[in-house]
Amino acid sequence: MTQLPVLQVTIPLACAPLCVLVRSRTAAWLVFLAAALFSLTCAALLTEQVADDGPVRYRMGGWPVPAGIEFVVGDFSTPILLLVSLSAAAAAVYGHRSVAAEMDARRSTLLYACLCLTLAGLLGLTVTGDVFNAFVFLEISSLATYTLIAMGRRRRALLAAFRYLVIGSVGAVFVLIGIGLAYAVTGTLNMADLAQRLSDSGGNRAVQAAVVFVFVGLAIKMALFPLHAWLPAAYAEAPSVVSTFIAAASTKVAIYVLCRFAFTVFGASLVFHSMPGDRIGLLLAAVAMLVASAAACLQNDLRYLLAWSSIAQIGYIMAGVALATTAGLSAAYLHIMAHAVTKAALFGTAGLLLIRLGSVQLSALAGIGRRMPWTFAAFVVAGLGLIGVPPTAGFVSKWALVAALVERDQWLVLGALLASSLLAVFYVGRVVEIAWFREPPEGAEPVRPATSMVAAVWFLALLSLYFGIDPTLPDRLADAAASALLGTGGG
Amino acid sequence: MIATHYVYWAFFALMLIGLYVVISHGNLLKKLIGLSLFQVGVFLFYISLGKRYGGSASIISEDVRAYSHPLPQVLILTAIVVGVATLAVGLALAVRIFEAYGTVEEDEITDDDSTGPDGADSDSTGAKGTGSLHKTDRHGSGS
Repeated sequence: MTQLPVLQVTIPLACAPLCVLVRSRTAAWLVFLAAALFSLTCAALLTEQVADDGPVRYRMGGWPVPAGIEFVVGDFSTPILLLVSLSAAAAAVYGHRSVAAEMDARRSTLLYACLCLTLAGLLGLTVTGDVFNAFVFLEISSLATYTLIAMGRRRRALLAAFRYLVIGSVGAVFVLIGIGLAYAVTGTLNMADLAQRLSDSGGNRAVQAAVVFVFVGLAIKMALFPLHAWLPAAYAEAPSVVSTFIAAASTKVAIYVLCRFAFTVFGASLVFHSMPGDRIGLLLAAVAMLVASAAACLQNDLRYLLAWSSIAQIGYIMAGVALATTAGLSAAYLHIMAHAVTKAALFGTAGLLLIRLGSVQLSALAGIGRRMPWTFAAFVVAGLGLIGVPPTAGFVSKWALVAALVERDQWLVLGALLASSLLAVFYVGRVVEIAWFREPPEGAEPVRPATSMVAAVWFLALLSLYFGIDPTLPDRLADAAASALLGTGGG
Repeated sequence: MIATHYVYWAFFALMLIGLYVVISHGNLLKKLIGLSLFQVGVFLFYISLGKRYGGSASIISEDVRAYSHPLPQVLILTAIVVGVATLAVGLALAVRIFEAYGTVEEDEITDDDSTGPDGADSDSTGAKGTGSLHKTDRHGSGS
């Protein structure tokens, strides 16, 4: 039990070469599924342990803390651990048939290996208590993600992956510069120790530069407007199982790391009071909601539409974080969970439609709702979650966010949020209208979608419904996370 | 300020040159070169943090009074590995892009995508790409 924090990272890491060695598609899939289920179990056990006895600290090799590397599982990281491992498990169930339909056997094993690496990187990023270690995990997950995107069906995927690689590496190097500056001021890399020494050192131009570099670097990684340019093509051109997984997990983990840096390393008083982190964050969030939702309305390809809507949703989450209040952070965590489940279900459905139709151009979707009623019903349920219609998880989190914005009198951001939700009604409604009310083309061959894929998509859609009707679990996790972040930040 | 901190000015200038190359050039290989320059600037910055005047390498010896800080060097060893991996993935992607499009100029690729077919045709190109990439790799290490 005491080894859980490190095992949940090392097991997926060790499974990655195993996937390549087994050479059979099904065996590699089983390895990935096992890794995902193992991390899910670890995450659940750790959540329980943290809720009962407080944060779990694990020292690598038994080295004492400021010198050695430390893993910290606190209330702020357990929701993210659950979310990442749950979406990995859902992607694993979804992936078996999806990968079989999309690529040859040799590349499939490599795909599962890269999925294991991404999972290990994201989980490591979530639990690490050392800033340089965070950079290394960030790069492990990013490098694996670039490779995964390049495995997409069309050759455009290559360019999307290359662009993401260039922009993403620049972002990671920005984070590295920020860490270097903070290290130059304090001489430590441990997050808790850094927080202590930074609050002692007071304001300092090098520390402010460090905050800016880390903020910009992570803003690239989480695709915060206006640094979102890599995201639409990357999500839309990746293999379906990959977009299902990374749309749910990767940008969310980047936001979590931003929270971790802002509240538990640099401290809320520095980032949001002496520096204009709150105003800049809210401004970018509001612009992201409006611009990205408007751009989503103009897309003619379902997966590009969903990717643009993800950028808008990042704006909602960022608004909650930038408020830097308990209510705001709690709303941000709720929206991270709600949006991850919803968007994974939507990208999963898009993947099912892609196998059936060979294209997810909106014009090709005419009448698909009548030909694949079950699959498309999942899309509608998740789409309602995206808009924020009760009773879905999207409604609960948006309601919390509205309450948090009202509490701080942020009426302009609230207006942007409402406008963006209306635009969401439009772009989801447009897909539903085409798919349900237009006549299907003649002579289309019926293809039965694979049961495991539909099951995974429906599981996610029902989860979004369940959390909308009974939000006690996400509420509890989000509240604990918000108070843990604000409690330790010296803010 | 410049006189006492000229090392930092030099390294930040190097980073900016790298970043400028990444942004200004349309050639994918030149972008990767710029990215490497940018990373190397950061590596040098870290190394310079641990340097001490008259300090020796951190190997314990009786004649040595002052040591340079070894931790930044160790960190950068890790970061160099990450940088090499990034460069390798980037170059591999550039090879695949060259096989699929016949060019590594970004604007030509974008033109090709907006005019050319992107459906079934490019599928086969992608599949061929993987096969021949394997061969290219072996040739590369042989020569």
